[in-house]
Amino acid sequence: MIYFCTEFRKRIFTMKIAQKTIKFLLIAAITLFTSASFASGSDKKHDNQNDGGRVNTKEEVEAYILHHIKDSHDFSLFSYTNDDNERVHIGAPLPVILWTSEGLVTFMSSEFHHNDDGHVIVEKNGLKFAKVHSKIYELDNGASSINFDETHHPTNAHKVLDFSITKSVVGILLIGLLLLFWFSRLAKQYTTKKIPTGFARVLEPLVIYVRDEIARPNIGDKHYRRFTGYLLTVFFFIWVLNLVGLTPLGFNVTGQLAVTGCLAIFTLIIYTVSGNKDYWMHMIWMPGVPVLIRPVLAIIELAGALLIKPFSLLVRLFANISAGHIVVMSLIAIMFTLKESLGVVGATGLSLVLSFFITLIEVLVAFLQAYIFTMLSALFIGMAVAEHEHH
Amino acid sequence: MYNLIGAGLIVIGAGIGLGQIGGKAMEGIARQPEATGKIQTAMIIIAALLEGLAFGALFLGK
Repeated sequence: MIYFCTEFRKRIFTMKIAQKTIKFLLIAAITLFTSASFASGSDKKHDNQNDGGRVNTKEEVEAYILHHIKDSHDFSLFSYTNDDNERVHIGAPLPVILWTSEGLVTFMSSEFHHNDDGHVIVEKNGLKFAKVHSKIYELDNGASSINFDETHHPTNAHKVLDFSITKSVVGILLIGLLLLFWFSRLAKQYTTKKIPTGFARVLEPLVIYVRDEIARPNIGDKHYRRFTGYLLTVFFFIWVLNLVGLTPLGFNVTGQLAVTGCLAIFTLIIYTVSGNKDYWMHMIWMPGVPVLIRPVLAIIELAGALLIKPFSLLVRLFANISAGHIVVMSLIAIMFTLKESLGVVGATGLSLVLSFFITLIEVLVAFLQAYIFTMLSALFIGMAVAEHEHH
Repeated sequence: MYNLIGAGLIVIGAGIGLGQIGGKAMEGIARQPEATGKIQTAMIIIAALLEGLAFGALFLGK
C-alpha cells in the first residue's frame, strides 16, 4: 500500500513536471512564433518615402538588416503607414547626450523625427546637429544643411563625442538591473533557507555549473574562488543579452563591437593583473629553450597574450551574434524576395519554417557563445595563475 | 568579388578543420565513452579557437 502511494505520488509529480514542460514549450513556441511575425511586420513596413513604406527589393532588405545590426538612437518596435499616409512609429525616444565644441548638449532623439539621412537639422544651444546612418554630426559654423561627397561622407560637418543612451545602452542597463535583482534575491535566500525557492531554483544549478564545470577545472582548486564572480557575471550577462537579442525587442547588444571589445578587455586586464611570476617568466624569458630563441618566443607570447587572445574573444562573440541575426532576418526576408516565384503562401511558409528552425539553433548558439566566452576567459586566467613545479 | 572568393576559401578551411575536430572527437568518444565529458570540453575549446581564427579572417577580409 505504501509502495503504491509513493508510486502514485511519483506519477503525479512526473505528470506535473510533464505539464510544466509542455506549458514551457508552448510558451517558447508562441514567443518564437510572435518574434518571427513581429520582425516580419517591421520588415514589411519599413520607413521608405518612395513606395509607401514597403520593403520589396533585395537592396531594401539589406539596408534594413544592416540598420538593425547597428546601434540606434531610438527604441523603435515597428512603424506603419496609416490611412492619412503618415508614418507612425511605435517605440520610445531615447536621450541624446553629446559633448560638443560648446560643451554638453542634451535632447531627445524624437527631435530627429526618425530621419537617418541628415535632412532633419536639430538646433540646440546655437549648434546644429544632423543624424546620418545612426551617427550624429555637428554642422560647421554657417552651414544650414548637410552636404556629402561622392562616398557619402559629410563635408561640412564633424562627429561629436556621443554619450547617448542608445538602444544597446538601454539593453545593458535593463539586463544589468535584472541580473542584480535575480542574483541578490538568490543570495539573500541562502541566509534564511537551505534550498532556494521560485526562480532562484533555476539559477542555482547554472551558478553551480559555471563554478564546477568552468571555473574550477580551468583555474585550479586554489585560485578559482577569486575569479568565479567575474566568470558568473560575464556568463549570465552574455547569455541573457544573447537571448534578449532573439526577442522582437530588436536588441543587438552582444553583436556590437564596443560591447564585446569591452568584455574582452575586462578579461585581458584580469589575467594580466593576476598573472604570477611564473606566467611572466614563461612569457618574457622562457626557461628551458636556447637563449637565442627566447626573444623570438617572447615576441610571439606577448603578441598572443596581449593582442590575439582578447581579439579572438572579441571577434568570436561579435561575429557569431551578428551572423545569427543576419541569417534570421534574411530568412524572414525570403517572404518578400521570393514572393514572385513561390507565391505569397509558399514564400511565407518557407520563410516561417526556415526562420523557426534557425531561431531554435540561435537559442543554442546564445548559450554556446556565453559558455565559450566564459570557458576561454577561465582558461586564460588559469594559465596566468597556474603554479609550475620547479625542477 | 575577390573577398567573396576569400570568404569561400576561409569557410572551406574552417569546414575541414571542424570536420576533423568533430570526427576525431566522435572516434574518441566511441573508443572511450567514459571520457565523453572531457573530450567534449576539449572539442568545444578547440572548435572555438578555430572559429575565432576563421571569423578573424572573415572580419579582416570584409
